[in-house]
Amino acid sequence: MKKIRLSKSLKDNIITYGIVILAYIIVQIMVSSGNMSSLMQGLLVPLCVYVILAVSLNLTVGILGELSLGHAGFMCVGAFTGAFFSKCMEDVITIGLLRFILAILIGGISAAVIGFLIGMPVLRLKGDYLAIVTLAFGEIIKNIVNVLYIGKDSNGLHISMKDSLSLGLEPDGKVIINGAQGITGTPKDSTFTIGVILIIITLIIVLNLIHSRDGRAIMAIRDNLIAAESIGINITKYKLMAFSISASLAGIAGVLYSHNLNSLMATPKNFGYNMSIMILVFVVLGGIGNIRGSIIAAVVLTLLPELLRGLSNYRMLIYAIVLIVMMLFNWSPKLVELRKRFSPRRLLNKTREVQ
Amino acid sequence: MAALLEVKNLGISFGGLRAVDDFDVSIKKGQLYGLIGPNGAGKTTVFNLLTGVYKPSEGIIKLDGVNITGLKTIEINKAGIARTFQNIRLFKELTVLDNVKAGLHNHYKYSTVEGILRLPGYFKTEKAMNERAMELLKVFELDEEANLLASNLPYGKQRKLEIARALATEPKLLLLDEPAAGMNPNETIELMNTIRFVRDNFDMTILLIEHDMKLVSGICEELTVLNFGRILAQGETSAVLNDPQVITAYLGE
Amino acid sequence: MSFISYLINGISLGSVYAIIALGYTMVYGIAKMLNFAHGDVIMVGGFTIFFAVSMQGLPPFVGILLAVVLCTILGITIEYIAYRPLRQAASSLAVLITAIGVSYLLQNLALLIFGANTKAFTSVVTIPAIKLADGQINISGETIVTIISCIIIMIGLTLFINKTKAGQAMLAVSEDKGAAQLMGINVNGTISLTFAIGSALAAIAGMLLCSAYPSLTPYTGSMPGIKAFVAAVFGGIGSIPGALIGGVVLGIIEILGKAYISSQMADAIVFMVLIIVLLVKPTGILGKKIQEKV
Repeated sequence: MKKIRLSKSLKDNIITYGIVILAYIIVQIMVSSGNMSSLMQGLLVPLCVYVILAVSLNLTVGILGELSLGHAGFMCVGAFTGAFFSKCMEDVITIGLLRFILAILIGGISAAVIGFLIGMPVLRLKGDYLAIVTLAFGEIIKNIVNVLYIGKDSNGLHISMKDSLSLGLEPDGKVIINGAQGITGTPKDSTFTIGVILIIITLIIVLNLIHSRDGRAIMAIRDNLIAAESIGINITKYKLMAFSISASLAGIAGVLYSHNLNSLMATPKNFGYNMSIMILVFVVLGGIGNIRGSIIAAVVLTLLPELLRGLSNYRMLIYAIVLIVMMLFNWSPKLVELRKRFSPRRLLNKTREVQ
Repeated sequence: MAALLEVKNLGISFGGLRAVDDFDVSIKKGQLYGLIGPNGAGKTTVFNLLTGVYKPSEGIIKLDGVNITGLKTIEINKAGIARTFQNIRLFKELTVLDNVKAGLHNHYKYSTVEGILRLPGYFKTEKAMNERAMELLKVFELDEEANLLASNLPYGKQRKLEIARALATEPKLLLLDEPAAGMNPNETIELMNTIRFVRDNFDMTILLIEHDMKLVSGICEELTVLNFGRILAQGETSAVLNDPQVITAYLGE
Repeated sequence: MSFISYLINGISLGSVYAIIALGYTMVYGIAKMLNFAHGDVIMVGGFTIFFAVSMQGLPPFVGILLAVVLCTILGITIEYIAYRPLRQAASSLAVLITAIGVSYLLQNLALLIFGANTKAFTSVVTIPAIKLADGQINISGETIVTIISCIIIMIGLTLFINKTKAGQAMLAVSEDKGAAQLMGINVNGTISLTFAIGSALAAIAGMLLCSAYPSLTPYTGSMPGIKAFVAAVFGGIGSIPGALIGGVVLGIIEILGKAYISSQMADAIVFMVLIIVLLVKPTGILGKKIQEKV
């Protein structure tokens, strides 16, 4: 009986998990021995957030093969529903960790539901049209959150789309979501450890999904939709599955994000298309469909501006140039050809021939 | 013998063009049936109508007595028709083995949760799928290449893989669209043997489109000749191939 | 009466979107790529005029000429260095990401040179406003120039495509690049020309946009770029009349939305309309449905 691919993919996956766990251990050592600047420490939770966002987007872009430019929208849904829950339950559930886990579940499920509702009409659009509609939805979500006012008092919840006064709260009530000012005072429950655990959970879900019957169906749809139909695969079901799971994980990243800040606002910078595009850059640079690559790209590209801080004004410029150069280097057929020709292995073989 | 595939009065128009008109055919269980005709005659369109890619504007299609007219491709596959395509449609980024396992999708199942949490159901079913898929690959002598990416196979083997994948869906009727295209005479003879093997050992009925007359006359028992979307001749192979109308329209002097 | 004012403003804003959308749709139809940096070329155009007119005191028309020339050269250069090498790349996402990189580059260059604070742009339009209906409708000079420019550009471009050899070459390349090459058409040159025209139009759009909405930052081009992209898709990507319709309709919806519903929700409303249209007509208003051969 031939050795089947299971062992190769298993090996690959173990390496991926290993890298994450190793990185965690190294960071913890550096932090406890005082070798990490507070600047870097402040980046640890955001790094986890971006890794989860990149891996989850790769599920849609690399595994399902659909371009989504609205990933930040799902992050937004998760961030706000999670933070809303935490603030509401601040005095009710006093065990922080329990409340945070519930917030994560709520954020993930809300994002999944929104992903499902958006996916249903949208996933039948082709390529670029799908891309622009996902971008549109991402912007719509951000805009709606900005005009949302929700308050709580002894009578329950009050919702308004106009302003906080029209909520009509009792004197003992408090405004939780305050329109453009968002949510203030979210309990700071996010830690690096929890972030890494969430990364590992994300990896388990995504990697196990890929190497399963459902994963094969999703990739079949990516590779040849008409052929997938002809072997009886339910296209709508699997597109929705991939899209919803991807959205859900983005929502979880959002909860992690919102519980790391004192004030949570939906700005163009954190929940707009700029964020969606940034995550897409991580995914493409790390390799479309390459889960481990997404992790590495997310970390490197997030750290790069910080490492370049010494060059202050020029750092974002250099970031942009590095991005362009890396893209050309990795994707231009001519340059790829040149690289192969001058690869060490080739040169070694040539010298052997000469002798 | 009862008819496995019963088609009456099948027709479709594209814009003003009548692509297929008044198409009838009756294919018995276990037959090797050929659909031939000049390029553009509508042969692939007939396949597309039979597999639900197009919805016919007229006509009835019955598979094993069940009316499948107008059903979607997925349902038609579940009812028992599988096909290969004129331009090979493999899952390029999947391995040879995974291409076949994808074909097993509706016959070996476990839930998404079982897959993600790696419950025992996952391991049991995947093992059974691996065994079944390797069985199929062995029939087509592709078992050695099981772990190769499908796009790395040579052309002839890609065609065979497409057939293997179609067979994995456990169809009653197999539609092959120009399976011998791009093959040299040796490969074609090998393909002929493979097709006969499939029919004999998989209890299969096969309808194929072909231009290679050696293959057609070698394995097809009955033929339908299509010209400009309409049936030109129909019947036993040697009779049809000697029909003067067919010779003029298609085979040449 | 104010409804008509809003309508006219909407048509004016829509005209700017249409001009930008033209650049997007032409590049998409001919080079088969989404040029994410297009919006930022608009910003470059705006800053060039600002530099020339407000900082160096040159007359407006010199500023405009400078902007058009600079943006044209910029567009051709970007295409040659960053996009052309990726034309045959394994994935079409590669050139999209590179375009994003170019967008970042342009934004940060502007940031470095001019700083982050908002610049006050002095309008280059010297035509006085027209008052109609006893002064109830005020059409600004900028609005008049914008709408007329859009009409001229549309007519000019349509004539160019239909009547000139270079224009017909562009049509051919958009239909079938390989066949066009076999027929002796210089595909590289045609694509360069497409970027040149698109970038020149972006410069003009920058001038019109900044004249009407006189605040300028390195990020000024970003949102109009996205909206114009939405307009191009809305009208049917690859279609020139589609870009016009998409742009104008979008502008009208945005202005009316700001006026009658909410300034904050205006963007969301624009996007919602887009989504509804695409769900009804998946290839946009004038878009073509490409059937995949089975």
